[in-house]
Amino acid sequence: MAALTDLTVAELAATMARKEASAVEVADAHLGKLDEHRALNAFITETPDKARDMAVASDARRARGEAGLLEGVPLAVKDLFCTEGVPTTAASHILEGFVPPYESTVTANLWRAGAVMVGKTNLDEFAMGSSNMTSYFGGVENPWKRRGDNRKLVPGGSSGGSAAAVAARMVPGSTGTDTGGSIRQPASFCGIVGLKPTYGRCSRWGVVAFASSLDQPGPFARTVEDAALILQAMAGHDPRDSTSAPLPVPDFAAAARNPGIKGLKVGIPKEYRVEGTSAEIAALWDKGVEMLKAAGAQPLEVSLPHTRYALPAYYIVAPAECSSNLARYDGVRYGLRVPGKDLIEMYQNTRAAGFGKEVRRRVMIGTYVLSAGYYDAYYKKAQQVRALIARDFKQAFEKCDVLLTPTAPTAAFPAGEKMDDPVTMYLNDAFTIPASMAGLPGISVPVGLDKDGLPLGLQIIGRSFDEETMLRAAAALEKAAAFDARPAGY
Amino acid sequence: MSLDKDTVACIARLARLKVPEEELVPLAGELSRILAWIEQLNEVDTGNVEPLASVSDVTLPMRADEVTDGGIAEKVLANAPGGAVYVDPTDKNAGGFFTVPKVVE
Repeated sequence: MAALTDLTVAELAATMARKEASAVEVADAHLGKLDEHRALNAFITETPDKARDMAVASDARRARGEAGLLEGVPLAVKDLFCTEGVPTTAASHILEGFVPPYESTVTANLWRAGAVMVGKTNLDEFAMGSSNMTSYFGGVENPWKRRGDNRKLVPGGSSGGSAAAVAARMVPGSTGTDTGGSIRQPASFCGIVGLKPTYGRCSRWGVVAFASSLDQPGPFARTVEDAALILQAMAGHDPRDSTSAPLPVPDFAAAARNPGIKGLKVGIPKEYRVEGTSAEIAALWDKGVEMLKAAGAQPLEVSLPHTRYALPAYYIVAPAECSSNLARYDGVRYGLRVPGKDLIEMYQNTRAAGFGKEVRRRVMIGTYVLSAGYYDAYYKKAQQVRALIARDFKQAFEKCDVLLTPTAPTAAFPAGEKMDDPVTMYLNDAFTIPASMAGLPGISVPVGLDKDGLPLGLQIIGRSFDEETMLRAAAALEKAAAFDARPAGY
Repeated sequence: MSLDKDTVACIARLARLKVPEEELVPLAGELSRILAWIEQLNEVDTGNVEPLASVSDVTLPMRADEVTDGGIAEKVLANAPGGAVYVDPTDKNAGGFFTVPKVVE
């Protein structure tokens, strides 16, 4: 039998159902990998004791015949989800030592489905970044390396720890959050599947807020079916999140198991052929089109004319919302407090010491674009452009069922590169941000390796609340690509 | 839009962020570059376009105006950085306060 840590979520569930392994054995096998690969810095907090307790409880439930969808499956949780009694930092000094007295809805749903938590994963501070280099607890190392080059590469961001943990087989699945690409881009960099559902599909309650109109929790896994299974357990209406969609959760896993896409119309947005994209990624994209065509789909060119404005509009909307959301970190009710001569100075000292450089930069941009006199010129303008971007997608989806695009303009890059200029770093999310701005679901599927042996992903974007068609197309792409490479030594 | 040092100091004050004097000029350069890049949005004709604040077309749900999570003062105050003061130390959920620096002399 294959090592327990090589099994997928679906295989683990089946193995435990056949009583070939207990949840405790499965948890211990994965905790062993956490120990072995601690140097990747994928976790901020490991929770081995909690994992064993949860596994014991899981075995007891199974013995009673009460197995849930993810019964006994070990998962890692991005350290942006509040977990009761377990420190939650958002990778920020300002929240160091914070222990939430409550559980986020998404993680509560996962535990209800029987999943076992092994720890809280590293991320860019407050999910602001595309490299995982902005974490107060240090960057995460991508388990992949270029052939013949020993330099450490970034795992992407912001959910870099969650992606690296799955790629390094520390867990078969994990949670992330995606605001502008924070699930899809790291999935592409780490050679795994990452899914951002439709905005409103998963509750944001108990998730540390970055940009509320964009943030959306979603899963990482090594197969499309696994991502569908985890999403199925995470999703659902939550009265505590007023933007949570009051819709039933479809059988996502069944959609992923049915890669039949005969006659499916796949839109190829011509504006995604942007400068700065590597030739290999452009070639991979063409290959993806051929794969879907061979599987019976019908590719057609579509136009999303405002694509190039999505990125600058995002970098107004997201910082504006973050400056408002992060106003709650004032040293009064939780987190860090740095004294000052009066209350205002305490706020200023606390926030300056507690937030890292990128967070401070975005808070300041957000404060500026929302300030009297500039609101219309920047914030309102960005919201108008956002409306046009959403309209572009709506029009494209009148002609096609899903869209196929690259996930990121490059493969993983060495730690420290691109860090000098924030705008260069922001370009990482050029392909993922447009769908985020429109609230649409997107999934990154690993499709090939570049000349250096690094994984590259393609993105499938679906219609609003039509994750099922997106998953069918993703499963067809996965089947055709038959990506089975794994990072050396993992 | 190019920001000068004084404007950056003003933004920092609004954002309640202490920025050391020597960082104001480099920060002005950085923020100006980001703003200059953002300003390409001016190429887009947005006349008569309704601003999109949220993609969620869910009607904001209303609920009864009732306290539904009362009686958990101890949980609310659990992470208070300056500590908490309870109205009745024998019943920590009866109510309490965050302690903050002195505001009024």
